[in-house]
Amino acid sequence: MDFQVVVLAGGFSKSLVPLVSKEVPKALLPVANRPVLSYVLDLLELKNLKDLIVVVEGETAALSVSAWISSTYIDRLHVEVAAVPEDVGTAGALRAIDHRLTAKDVLVVSGDLVCDVPPGAVAAAHRRHDAVVTALLCSAPVSGPSDSGSSGAKDKAKKPGRYNIMALDPTKQFLLHIAAGAEVEKDIRVQKSILRAVSQMEIRADLMDAHMYAFKRSVLQDVLNQKETFQSLRRDVLPYLVKSQLRSELLSSGVQSDENSNSKDAMQNSKILPSQLLANAFTPSFHELYALGPDGSASITRKTHKCCVYIANKSKYCARVNSIQAFSDINRDVVGDANHLSGYSFSAQNNVIHPSAVLGSKTTVGPQCMLGGGSQMGDKCSVKKSVIGRHCRIGSNVKVVSSVIMDHVTIGDGCSIQGSVICSNVQLQERVVLKDCQVGAGFVVTAGSEYKAESLAKKEKL
Amino acid sequence: MDARRVPRTVTDPKVRQVGFFAPVAPLDGSPSGPLRPTTPSPPVSGNSLSPVMIPLPRHLSSDNAPLSPLNAGGGDSFLPVGSYNPSEFSSPTATEDFSEDNFSKDTGWILNDNSGKIATSLTPGGADKAAVKQNTHSASGLTPGITDGGPPTEVQKEQAPVSSMPLKEKTTKAERRALQEAQRAAKASATAGGSKKSVAASAVVTSANANPKKVAKAPPQKKDSSSVAASEKRAGDRQTDKDRKKDVPHPRMQFDDEDRVEKAKKRSVVKQTEARNRVELFRHLPQYEHGTRLADLESKFFQLDPVHPAVYKVGLRFLSGDISGGNARCIAMLQAFQESIKDYSTRLEKTLIEKWDLPAKINGYVSFLIECRPLSISMGNAIRFLKTQIAELPLTMSESEAKASLLSDINRFINEKIILADKVIVRHAVTKIRDGDVLLTYGSSSVVEMIFLCAHELGKQFQVVIVDSRPKHEGKMLLRRLVGKGVSCTYTHINAISYIMHEVTRVFLGASSVLSNGTVYSRVGTASVAMVAHQFHVPVLVCCEAYKFHKRVQLDSICFNELGDPDAIARVSGKEDINYLDDWTSSENLQLLNLTYDATPSDYTSMIITEYGMIPPTSVPVIVQEYGGEHLWI
Repeated sequence: MDFQVVVLAGGFSKSLVPLVSKEVPKALLPVANRPVLSYVLDLLELKNLKDLIVVVEGETAALSVSAWISSTYIDRLHVEVAAVPEDVGTAGALRAIDHRLTAKDVLVVSGDLVCDVPPGAVAAAHRRHDAVVTALLCSAPVSGPSDSGSSGAKDKAKKPGRYNIMALDPTKQFLLHIAAGAEVEKDIRVQKSILRAVSQMEIRADLMDAHMYAFKRSVLQDVLNQKETFQSLRRDVLPYLVKSQLRSELLSSGVQSDENSNSKDAMQNSKILPSQLLANAFTPSFHELYALGPDGSASITRKTHKCCVYIANKSKYCARVNSIQAFSDINRDVVGDANHLSGYSFSAQNNVIHPSAVLGSKTTVGPQCMLGGGSQMGDKCSVKKSVIGRHCRIGSNVKVVSSVIMDHVTIGDGCSIQGSVICSNVQLQERVVLKDCQVGAGFVVTAGSEYKAESLAKKEKL
Repeated sequence: MDARRVPRTVTDPKVRQVGFFAPVAPLDGSPSGPLRPTTPSPPVSGNSLSPVMIPLPRHLSSDNAPLSPLNAGGGDSFLPVGSYNPSEFSSPTATEDFSEDNFSKDTGWILNDNSGKIATSLTPGGADKAAVKQNTHSASGLTPGITDGGPPTEVQKEQAPVSSMPLKEKTTKAERRALQEAQRAAKASATAGGSKKSVAASAVVTSANANPKKVAKAPPQKKDSSSVAASEKRAGDRQTDKDRKKDVPHPRMQFDDEDRVEKAKKRSVVKQTEARNRVELFRHLPQYEHGTRLADLESKFFQLDPVHPAVYKVGLRFLSGDISGGNARCIAMLQAFQESIKDYSTRLEKTLIEKWDLPAKINGYVSFLIECRPLSISMGNAIRFLKTQIAELPLTMSESEAKASLLSDINRFINEKIILADKVIVRHAVTKIRDGDVLLTYGSSSVVEMIFLCAHELGKQFQVVIVDSRPKHEGKMLLRRLVGKGVSCTYTHINAISYIMHEVTRVFLGASSVLSNGTVYSRVGTASVAMVAHQFHVPVLVCCEAYKFHKRVQLDSICFNELGDPDAIARVSGKEDINYLDDWTSSENLQLLNLTYDATPSDYTSMIITEYGMIPPTSVPVIVQEYGGEHLWI
C-alpha cells in the first residue's frame, strides 16, 4: 500500500525513571509480562505490516531492543533497528532516518502505545482525504485505579495540564487546532482564518493524541529539513502543520497534480481538464472552498493542505505508557478490561497463572491477575488485580493488591504491597509495607520498613 | 439487435408513467385482442400483482409457463442471464432479458400485445418462422383456459433444468449448445405431433431458445478469447474467462436471492452488513448498513494486498461518497487503473499464460470497486473498453510497450470520450441558448455547468434556475460556482418545480446513461422535472456523452437502481431538533427508501445532445449501433 512504518521506541524515558534503567529501556518495560513494544509490533503484524523501522534512542538501548526483537520476531517481521542519539526528540529521530524513508506515506507509531485500533483505519483516512498528516485520536483513558482505588489516587491523576485541546471541524474529520498541556492552562488562541473558513469549530478536551500519525513523506521531510529547531512531532511538527493548513508553503498541496493530459493544446479557449472535472465532483472540504476564494472563482488559488484525524471508536482500547500512573493503569487494563490485548488465554477465574508457578496452601489469586512462569508463592498469600513476573519468590502471608511486580523479585514473609510497581531483582525483606511506591531495579528494602507514595531506587541511578 | 426494436413497439405515450404506478387496465384496440382472456385466468402474473412478486425468482416464472405460453417465453428469457458471463454489461441479452422481464411482471396485457412481434423479430430461422405463423394463428383461436397438459408441459420439464443449470455457471458453452439442440428436437417433435395449442408455447420457447444461441457469440470478450487461439493475441485472455467468473460478481445480482447473496458474501473483500429494513419493492437491490462498510474497509487497509493503492483510494472515496457524478467517477477509476498499470509487472511464472495476469488484476479491481459502490453504466463501458484494449495487445509487444500503449489508450479514452465530447456537446448546446432565456437544470451535471459557463462567456443574457433536492444538495455547489462566475441564478427545491416551470424556457439535464429506447437514466428527480417540463411544453434537452449510451432497455426505475444510505434521508442536516427518526432501524414497520436514479421516458425528452449531434430520443439506437460497442473504441 506504499506505506512505511516507523516505530519510535524511545529510549530512556525520564518520566518513568525508577522503572526504566540502562538495562531496561522504555521499549522493553514489561506490561503484563511482555515488553510494551511487543504490543505495537503485534498490532502491526496482525495488520500485515511486516517491514518496520524501529528507532531507538541510545546505542545500548538499541542493542538490547534489537536483541529482543531478533529473538522474538525472527521469522515473523522484517525489522530494522536504528539507533539515534539521545534527546533528539521524535522529530529528530525521524530526521536521523530521513534517508530511509522512501514510500509515499509514512506511518509513525509510538512504541509505547497499547491499543487495538487498526492502523489501517488511520492510513485509509489519510489516503482518502489526501491529507498531509492524519493523527489518531482516542478518548482519554480513565486514569487511576478504576473502582477500588482511593480517591487520592484519582485526584493525583487529574493533574491540570494533562489536557489536550483539540479543535475539529463539524464533520470531525479535520484537525483545526491542537494544544497540549501547559499551553492550555491560560488561554487558547485560534486562528481567525481557519475559524472563518470552517465557520464552525468543535473544541474537545476528552480526546487524546495516541501518537500514531500518518504523514505524507515528502511533506514530513520538507518540514523536518526546513525547521531545524523542531524537536518533537507532537509539540512542534503537528501544530505547525495544523496552523499552516490554509496558507500552505508546502509543494504537495492540491488534489490532483497530474496534469498529464494533452488536451491543453487540443482546445485552447476552454480549459477543461480531468483534474478540474474531478475537483468539481468532490464533496468539498472547507479547504477547497477556502482555496477557491470567497467568490467561488479560482482566480487566486490559495494553497492548502489537510490535517485529518481519525477518531477511534470508544469501544477500542488505546493508551500510552508515558507515566508511572499510566503504566500501572495499563497493566491493570491489560489483565482486566482489555485482556484481549495481552495475548494470553484467561482461565475461568479470569486470571492467568502459568503452569510452572507454584502456589502455597491457602494462597488465593483473584481475578484480573497474572502470575508468571517459575514464580513461587508461600502459604496464605493473597493477590488481587496484580501482575507478578517470572521467577519471583514470594514468602508466606504476603498481600499484593493492584500492583505490578516484575521478574526475579524476592518478597519476604508478611509483606503488604498496594498500588506499587516493583522492578526486577528487587528484594523486599520481611514485613515491608509499600503503598503507591515505585521500587527501582535491584533495590533492597530492609525488613519492617514502611513507605507510602515514594520512589525508591539505588543511589547511583539518581 | 432486433430485440431493441421491441420496446419501441410497446411504447404508447398514453399509458407511459413514471415511477410507481398501479397496473392499468389493458388498452383496447391492440392487435391480438382475442388473446387477452388468457391473462385473467392464470392469476400468477396478472394484474393483481403484489409488490413482493416483482423480482420474480427464476423457478417461479418457469412454473407459470404451462399456464400461458407467453409467460413461458418470459420465464425462458432468463435463460441467457445465468449462462452469461457476469462482467459483461452490455450485450443483446441484456436488452432481451430486460424487456421480457418487464413484460412478464409489469402487466399482462403488454405481453399479449407483443407476443407475436417478439417472436417474429427474434426468430432467426425459416422453420421457426413457420412456427411463429402458427403461433399467431393459434393465438387468435386460443381459448381462455389452456387445458391440455401434454406436449407443452413436457417441453416445460425439459426447460426446467436448463433454466436452473446456467445459474451454477458450470456448463460449458458446448454443453449448453447440446442442451439447446436437444430442446429444439423435442420441440420439433412436439410441433409436428402436437395440437394447435401446444404450438404456441413451443414457438415462444423457440424464440427464447434461439436467442441465447445467437447471443452467445456477441460479447466482445468471448469473441476475443476465441480469436486468441487463432491470431496473435495475448494468450492470457483465456485466463480472463476463468477469472472473471471467479472474481466479478454478477452485475445484476438479485439481492433477494439468498443463496447467491451468501455466495457473493464469501467472495467479497468488504464485509457488508445488509440493511434490515428494506422497501419491499427494492429487495432485489443491494443495500448495506452504511456506517459499517467504511470502517471495515478502513481497518483492512494493509491487508488488501491484491488491490492497488490507487484503486483502493478511489474505492474508498466512492464508498464514502467523496466522488460522485458519472464523469468524475469514470475518470477517477480510469486514472486509478492507469496508476495500477504503471506499477504492474508480469509475474515470475515460467509460462507466458501465467505471466500476463493483468486482465485478472483489472477484474479484481473492478469487483472491488463494485463492492464499494455499484458501477455506473458509463464506468461499465469504460471497463469494457479497457479490457478490449488489453485483449487486443499483440503478443509480440514487450511489457513496457504494452503498458505504454494501455496508458495512452486510457488517456485517449478520457480525452476523446469525455473531455472532448463535453466540449463538442457544449458547442452544440450553446446554440440552443438565446438571449432572455430562463434555463432550468436539476442537480449538478458537469456538462450542463460547462454549457452555462460557455454561454455566459459568449455574452448571452440568460438566467439559470437550479433545482435541487435532498439529501445530497448537489445543486448548491453548482450554484456556488455559477454565481461565482457571475451567472444570474435562482435556487429552488424540487417541491417548487411546478411553480417555477412557468417561467422557464428550456430545461437542460445531465444523465447517468441513455438507454436505447431513449430512456434517460439519471439522478432521481430528473424524471419529475422532465415530466413537469413536458406538461408545460418546455423543451427538455438532455446532455450526455455517447460513451454513456447503452444498448439496454429499461422501462422503469425499479429493476436496476441503486439504493443510497437510508440514514441520509432520515436525518435533516442542520436541524438537530428534527429527530423523530433517530432510531428508525429498530422498528420493523418502517422502511426508508433512498433511491439514487430514476428513468425518464423518452416522451418527456425533446432532444438528446451528444458529441455526435443533437438527436431525438428515438435515434439513440442509431448512435448505439453505429458508434457504440466496438466501433466506439477504434
